[in-house]
Amino acid sequence: MGGFSQMKLAVNFLTIGLVLLSLPCGSYTEIPPKPPGSVTVLPPVKPAGGPQAFPDAENSNLPVFTMNYPRIQVPFEVTLWVLLASFAKIGFHVYHKITFWVPESCLLISIGLIVGAIMHSVHEEPPAVLSYNVFFLFMLPPIVLESGYFMPTRPFFENVGTVLWFAVVGTLWNSIGIGMSLYAVCQIEAFEVQDINLQENMLFAAIISAVDPVAVLSVFEDVSVNEQLYIVVFGECLFNDAVTVVLYNMFNFVAEMPMVEPVDVFLGVARFFVVGLGGMGFGVIFGFVASFTTRFTSNVREIEPLFIFMYSYLAYLVAELFSISSIMAIVTCALTMKYYVEENVSQRSCTTIRHVVKMLGTISETLIFFFLGVVTITTEHEWNWGYIMFTLLLALVWRGLGVLVLTQIINPFRTIPFNFKDQFILGYGGLRGAISFALVFTLPDSIGRKKLFVTTTICMIMFTVFIQGISIRPLIEFINVRRTNRNLETINVEIHSRLIEHTISGVEDLCGQWSHYYWKDKFLKFNNRILRKILIRDNRAESSIVALYKKLELQNAMEILDTVSGDINAGSSIVPLHEEKKGSGKPKRKFVAADLMNMHDILSKNMYKIRQRTTAYTTKHSLPNDSRTKEILIRRHTSIRRSLRPGSLNGPNEAKSQKYFSLPPGKSLDSKFPPQRLRHTGNDDDETMSEVDYPSARSRFNQPSRSSSRAMLPLRRLNTLTEVPSSSVVDLVDERSGGRGAWGRGMSRLNSSSSDSRIPVPRHDPSNGPDNGSSGDHDSGDHRPEGEQQPLSPTPAWAAEPGERDDSGTQKPLLRPQWKTRKP
Amino acid sequence: MGASQSAGTEHEFQDMADRTGFSLEQIGNINKRFRQLSNNEETLSREDLASIPALDNNPIRAQIINAFFDKRNLHQNETGTVQEIGFEEFLMVMTHFRPAAMGLTEEERENLRREKLRFLFNMHDTDSDGTINLEEYRRVVEELLSKAGTIGQETAKAIADAAMLEVASTTRGKMEPDEFYEGITFENFLQILNTFDIETRMHVRFLNMDTATLRCGKSK
Repeated sequence: MGGFSQMKLAVNFLTIGLVLLSLPCGSYTEIPPKPPGSVTVLPPVKPAGGPQAFPDAENSNLPVFTMNYPRIQVPFEVTLWVLLASFAKIGFHVYHKITFWVPESCLLISIGLIVGAIMHSVHEEPPAVLSYNVFFLFMLPPIVLESGYFMPTRPFFENVGTVLWFAVVGTLWNSIGIGMSLYAVCQIEAFEVQDINLQENMLFAAIISAVDPVAVLSVFEDVSVNEQLYIVVFGECLFNDAVTVVLYNMFNFVAEMPMVEPVDVFLGVARFFVVGLGGMGFGVIFGFVASFTTRFTSNVREIEPLFIFMYSYLAYLVAELFSISSIMAIVTCALTMKYYVEENVSQRSCTTIRHVVKMLGTISETLIFFFLGVVTITTEHEWNWGYIMFTLLLALVWRGLGVLVLTQIINPFRTIPFNFKDQFILGYGGLRGAISFALVFTLPDSIGRKKLFVTTTICMIMFTVFIQGISIRPLIEFINVRRTNRNLETINVEIHSRLIEHTISGVEDLCGQWSHYYWKDKFLKFNNRILRKILIRDNRAESSIVALYKKLELQNAMEILDTVSGDINAGSSIVPLHEEKKGSGKPKRKFVAADLMNMHDILSKNMYKIRQRTTAYTTKHSLPNDSRTKEILIRRHTSIRRSLRPGSLNGPNEAKSQKYFSLPPGKSLDSKFPPQRLRHTGNDDDETMSEVDYPSARSRFNQPSRSSSRAMLPLRRLNTLTEVPSSSVVDLVDERSGGRGAWGRGMSRLNSSSSDSRIPVPRHDPSNGPDNGSSGDHDSGDHRPEGEQQPLSPTPAWAAEPGERDDSGTQKPLLRPQWKTRKP
Repeated sequence: MGASQSAGTEHEFQDMADRTGFSLEQIGNINKRFRQLSNNEETLSREDLASIPALDNNPIRAQIINAFFDKRNLHQNETGTVQEIGFEEFLMVMTHFRPAAMGLTEEERENLRREKLRFLFNMHDTDSDGTINLEEYRRVVEELLSKAGTIGQETAKAIADAAMLEVASTTRGKMEPDEFYEGITFENFLQILNTFDIETRMHVRFLNMDTATLRCGKSK
């Protein structure tokens, strides 16, 4: 295949990727099944709806009803698979104790086994979705992007040496060790596997040395083990994917060579470095380009998130094009751009990016585990006790040995050395997972004992995921591994951690020692002087203290905007109350420019920096990006619900809900903001960590929850509603008719963002609350109830609405069903 | 320095090593650095430290340098500052940055914690009255942020205020609106930072290798 066709190939994938990423819910619907190793990648089916697909023309009569299943079969089935897997995921989280004790991957595999059994009994073949190309071009990138993007940056760089040491050397150690010893095992005649040669053994060993300790990481988060251990496991699983894939491709090539010359070994080593470093290079380049692009996206907010995905995918594909490590490329790309991009894009885009990255990654992984279960049942296996048992044993032994030896070597270089317990957990946490399975499943058929390899890998995964995965939590608790406090984010802690960093780097300078603080210092200087100027639009260097402060202030603003009536009597000071009135009474009235300015002023005065407010009206191609305040409301909304969840009330934070722009005396920031509320805002590393649920203060207060959008009980209704006499309906009437499009839409969004299943608001008759919405105290907290009542209240003013509704509906497809169902 | 001196100081070093917990090599390295900084004098003055080029970019360099001349950090129960420090004092200040040894008991760990936090506290508490008042806190925050671009003093002030309020509310609980919070005492300081793993974070890697030559060749 010539270079040109390869380019074309890449372009094709890009277009597919575009569709894929823009339709996150049905991400894999576009993937056609391909024969392994095939090079034709044009999807035979274009679900985007080409006009070609009319029923066959041979019949002269117009068919009244036709069905064309083959046309939609592939995307249809894939969608069903994704849905099924997602339902399974929902199911697990209904009852928390299951996911607490049993890792999710176990459950997914189990469900897969059940589905596989059903399919087997009806002699149905699983869809051949998992082919080499599909895996490497579509399923793997989201997984790695997710880990790369949510990598806690600071601890990673503090431990980068150890992480790479374990990831690279450890994986090499494992592959070579296991491969060699398996080859030795193969020489035993009793096992009848003498036909597996050294290359194939090495290939197989490379496959099963990819650890994938997702399950372990989630346990680590829950029990908050020390940061060093966490980041080493995290980084190891990320980078050893890269190493494994490189080895896999290398050995895959080697396995088909008839003879291996010694010079090939050296070439292999050289290639290893070229591939790894080349990948990094591409990643960095694309990362910077992405950051640079987002500098200019302030007017096209709605496609902002797309750039992130496109550039990372592009990095991946280009790396793939040159056959260098695409995983390294996408990971470094994510790492590089994250910091700059998150500062450039709007907060909403930032949230979108995080959610979509998370979602895509989860889908991929879920699917792979699910298929693992299905495939276990539906494929033919080649069972060979000797080979399988020895693989299990050798993998365990080499992993254990590797950790022991490698820590002995690295410990003298570490300030906080790994003790024996850490090493044990490190070794024991070597679960195998999705990557191994996918790799072995996509082996070319030319490998003679592919079936045996598949079977062995499945056994390996089952063993590690089920036995080690389930037992690791009790083990960690039993041997009492070092833990870290990483619960509350307070300004003081942030200030002091900065202070300490500066002090340390100062003292290091003083005493002539150097460490990563020195490099960090140098990098920060370079970053502030050059990189930020180029890459960031609003190029003000921002200390993380300021970032945290902003974050907390934003939280405050959020709280204010709808807790006012919650406990108005608790407001001990006049000023904040006054501000609250201004701040949240607004949505009631018609928007006067002066009011807007006023509010803006308050916000900008009290929150260090608010982003530029874009125009309130929307065109067809832009999101109604009218205000951040609404975003705040939405989030606030969920955070209230979250805080009302049973269990959270037992925490020390109950009964405090009054917040102010500026802190009144006696109010604490930290105690009121358990970290999970901070998850959607802010830009710094710690924040990211909490986005991946790293600091689980939550697990102390609530049951461990994996995702922010977890199904929540419909209990909400802060007492706001009952206390507030509803003056809103009437306002609603006059304001609705006077095109207050922006706010109205904001409300509708608000409404849709909260769960549908909510208890209907205790409605008031329009006739009994005729005060016109300007009476301050009532108004102040009332806008949310108003938003909820809108769809329900049968006011005559609705007649004027549908035009606008539909309009907003087209722009926000997500909303449309709701409006339709609720329209009187 | 000739061989005669190193022979003479060997005993002293051993003594210091026993007291500070540094290894002999580390003390040797620090001593070398000390001599380098002080131009082979017996004592070190503020100007010597202030002239280190690598420190130029440190936003809190004044505080760091002050800390070396602060009697409270020299394990003496007195306050005030000294003008010059000898090697022993230099080393004493450095002990605050020792990494936690392995296998500490709870009590030892707690002591280490207090010691390190005390050091930080002293950095804040410039007037040595045992509390960090708002002014002092503001100054620290301002300085911390001084290198961070164009952040106005307003912001720094607001942050310091918010931080102070945070301290007040965590340590006092609910306060009356007119109550006045006079400053952070050391106990409060311990309290607000009790979730902070200072013992694993505040340390310098004192290498056994002699990196002084390696690195200072670059920076000088």
